[in-house]
Formats: sequence, C-alpha cells, structure tokens
Amino acid sequence: MRNWRVLGFLFALFLVSPTLLAQNASAPTGSDSARLAKLEQAAADAKSSADNAWMLTSSALVLMMTGPGLALFYGGLVRKKNVLATMVQSFAMMAVITMVWAIVSYSLAFGSGSSFIGGFHNLFLRGVGAHPDPDYAATIPLQTFMVYQLMFAIITPALITGAFAERMKFSAMLFFMVLWSLIVYSPMAHMVWGKGGLLNASLGGRFPCLDFAGGTVVHVTSGVSALVCALYLGKRVGYPKQAMTPHSVVLSFVGACLLWVGWFGFNAGSALAAGSLATSAFVATHFGAAAAVIGWSGAEWIRNGKPSALGAISGAVAGLVAITPAAGFVGPMPAIVIGLIAGAFCFFMVATVKARFGYDDSLDAFGVHGAGGTLGALLTGVFAVSAVNPIFKDAQGNPLPSGLIDGNAHQLLNQAVGVIIAWVLAIVGTLIILKIVDVTIGLRVTEDEEVQGLDLTQHGEEGYSWEVTA
Amino acid sequence: MIKIEAIIQTSKLEAVKDALHEIGVEGMTVLEVRGHGRQKGHTEFYRGREYTVDLIPKMKLETVLPDAIVEKAVQAILTAARTGKIGDGKIFLSKVDEAIRIRNDERGEGAL
Repeated sequence: MRNWRVLGFLFALFLVSPTLLAQNASAPTGSDSARLAKLEQAAADAKSSADNAWMLTSSALVLMMTGPGLALFYGGLVRKKNVLATMVQSFAMMAVITMVWAIVSYSLAFGSGSSFIGGFHNLFLRGVGAHPDPDYAATIPLQTFMVYQLMFAIITPALITGAFAERMKFSAMLFFMVLWSLIVYSPMAHMVWGKGGLLNASLGGRFPCLDFAGGTVVHVTSGVSALVCALYLGKRVGYPKQAMTPHSVVLSFVGACLLWVGWFGFNAGSALAAGSLATSAFVATHFGAAAAVIGWSGAEWIRNGKPSALGAISGAVAGLVAITPAAGFVGPMPAIVIGLIAGAFCFFMVATVKARFGYDDSLDAFGVHGAGGTLGALLTGVFAVSAVNPIFKDAQGNPLPSGLIDGNAHQLLNQAVGVIIAWVLAIVGTLIILKIVDVTIGLRVTEDEEVQGLDLTQHGEEGYSWEVTA
Repeated sequence: MIKIEAIIQTSKLEAVKDALHEIGVEGMTVLEVRGHGRQKGHTEFYRGREYTVDLIPKMKLETVLPDAIVEKAVQAILTAARTGKIGDGKIFLSKVDEAIRIRNDERGEGAL
C-alpha cells in the first residue's frame, strides 16, 4: 500500500519534471544573470565599504600621530619655555600642508607625470572623487586614498621640527615647510608610490624599491633633512655645555604611546584595504616596536647601568620607523629581528655618534628617523618574502622572490638605490630651501629671543601659567 | 660672614655659576623666582585678550661667604651677569651672625 503511494509520487514527478526543467532552462535566464550581477555588485560594494571603513579609520589614526602624538612627544623633550612653540610647529603642519596638498602637492605626488614628479592634472583635487583609481587602490574612493596620503604628507615635515627645535623663527619654519613639501616630499612620494615613478615596485618602476609605508619617503627624507637643518642652523645657545633636559618626560611618554597606536593606521593602512595584508603589516609593526624597546633599553642598561623611560619610548619609535618600509613584506620573526637591531642601532646613533660629531639634532630626528629609516629600508631588501606579499610577478602572474632570504639578492641593490635617491634629494633640496629662507626672512630667532623662549617671543603665550594668588 | 643674594637674568645662571666656582666658591643655593624692578614686563595674548605680565622670571642665587672673598665674588657676579641692559638684576649683601653645619655642629666660617 505504502509502496504504491511512493510509486505514484515518483510517476507524478516524472510527468511534471520536463516543465520544471524547461522553466529553469528558458524563460528566467535573463533575470538570473541580472540577479547574479546584482549579487556580484553587492559583494563588491560590501568589500568596498569594508575597505573604506578601515582606510578612513587609518587616516584618522595617522593624523593622531601628528597631533597629539608627535606634538606631545616633542613638546615634552624641550625646555618648558618652548613647549607651546614646539607643539604648534607640528599642529601648524596639520593646517598648512593640508592647504598645499589640496592646491598642488597631491597632484605633484600622485598625479601622472614623469618618473620623478607628477603633473598638474589633479590641481585643486580635480578628478579626485568617489571613483577608485585601480592603479592605487581598486576598492576605495580615490578621495579616501587622497586624504590618507595627506596624513603622511603632514607628519613627514612635522618630524623635521625636532632637529631645529628651540631656535627657529615660526615664520621661517612655515615657509621652509611649504617649500619642503613641494621640493622634497612630493617628488619622493611620486617616485616610490606614484604612477610611473622611478622606484615604484607595484607599478613597474625602473628600480623597484620596496617601501610599504614610507621608510624612504617619510623617514629617510625627514631624518636626513633634519640633519641638514641642524648643521645649517647651528647649535642652540649654550649647547652642549648647558644642560637642556626634557621638561616633561611624562608628556613625551603619552605622545610615544599615541604614536605606537597611530602607527597601526600608518603601516596596516598602507595595505590600502582591510584584508590579510593589513593584518600582516599590523603584526609586523607591533612586533618590530616591541623588539626595539628591548633593543634600545638593553643597550642603554648595559652602557649606562639603568634602563630609562625615555629610552624605552625612544626605542619604540625607532622600531616603528625601521619596520615601516618592511611591514607588509616580512613575517613576524624577521620583524622582531629588525626591531632588535633598530633599537640598539638608533641608541648608538643618538648616544655615541651625535656626541662624537657634536651636531645639535635637538630631539634626535636624524638619529631616530634618518638612521632608523635607512636601516629599515635596507633590511626590507633582506627579509621581504613573496609568501607575505607577492609583489613581483612573472609574465604568467606567478610570484617571484622578493628579498635576499627569498632568493632575490638583487633587491638589496634596488633598496640601496631608493635610499641613495632619498638621501641626495633630502640633502640637496633642504640646502636650497634653507638658503632661500635664510636670505628672505632669516632662519633663527635672535639670541635674546632664544634665551627668553619661543613661547613668549614667537607666540606671546606661556605653556604653564604662573600666577601669584592672594 | 656675608650673605650674597644675587638676582640675575635666567640666561646668565650658567656663566655666574662658573665664575663663582672659578674663584673657589664651593656652595650656593639657586631659586627660580619672579619679580620686577625698573624693567617693564611683557604682554601675552590668550584668545585675543592682552595680558601684561609684570613679574618676570629671574634666578636668585644665594651664598654665604667668608669676608675675605666676598669682594672677589661680587666682581665675578658683576662680570658674568652683565649684559648692560635693563633687567640685569641686583646684588644684595648682608651680615650673617652664625653658620652651623647640621651634620656635626661645626660653627662659624668653618661651617661654610
């Protein structure tokens, strides 16, 4: 009885099935492909939204590195009569470089142009809208890319202010920075990251230099320019005989911790998407910073008998600098190696080399950023592997080895070319700019003003109010 | 025994300290102070509002010396602290009746 019912059902199915099949096969074809297209679009939109969310967050994180991060870090290191002047130098970059970027320097850095510098196609941000530029980042609006890169253009000159702290005129500093962002930063960013750039590794540059988040573009250029500034401006009145100790290591401590957090936006954001490459860069960044704390503090403990708080936070910054070009190309263990080396090396640069040569790089912009950036850029050529980031591909699209340990010793040469170009551009460009500013408005404040402090003489304020209360 | 109180420009502290060490002054007390004499103050601006600050930061250096080297010390301070402008500060001398070293009860010039 039950069997008959089953058989009947199967027979009915047999009769109906051709119609079902026909329905599947003919009439709804159009609507299915439309649905498929809609699904694909929805998936693409979702990925785009996810990437955009991360990139906007990263942009905000990188801005946080300048203010309050760097402003506090540098502000604590100067004497208290210069705390506001030092902080406002960083803050001024947030305003002034933004204007320059909007008008011309974005176009010079990322517009298409020659191998050395971009053109004027994107003047006043023309053509920079909601549509992605697949050459840079296929899933985020070009405007997001533009504002993200702006945050880099802001912090890079702000780093230099550490070299001429406590003695440069505010007006001269502004003029210097505007010229610097046009003459040094824009060409370097274009060469390494811009379309058709000489050193661009992902868009087929002549010397593909691996620089994930700005080892050459940000840290070598700013650090080397800082050294040139320190040499050109000369020492502060009383240096090195007079003790010029940081007026608040506490402020510097808070600033350094903000820098560490913000650096996740700097490095992991440089993946320009929210995928696994961002994770890899995030992890390398953190491991590099942590290892450099141990590298610097260890070296200091051995040499001076005590591990200082200022040493520990300086080590973290040194490690973050050195891992910047490498994050996104190296695994976690090489990141630790890079961090350990960078911590000890930058300590040596700041504690020994600076004293030996006697230049007054007041807040060690060269010792940390110039030295750490150079070291990191070269070590990237050693430790980069295609398993982390298959950036080099053959004609068939198969990944080729990246760095030395991956079997591509030649990459060291490319890294060296990138580093040398960054050094030369920074030295020549900065010298020219300093000369221009020197003859037009003068670089240094008068000796009296320097002794009285820049807060009062440049801004008419004091950082810490002192009052007699009745 | 004479107490020297010298109120000087903050920027001249290092030079004065060095000059005193050179003539054999072994101890001193330094204070960050604010005050004014004939020197006018400066103005500061906070959100567009102007404030006149008439108490200016200075350094006050105190040291008690045996009579014999007081004049040498005064000359040393004068030379090291002078810029020739208003605001260079002043030196005050006063007699000290007794000096006592807390550690061992030593008294008089030996305690200096």
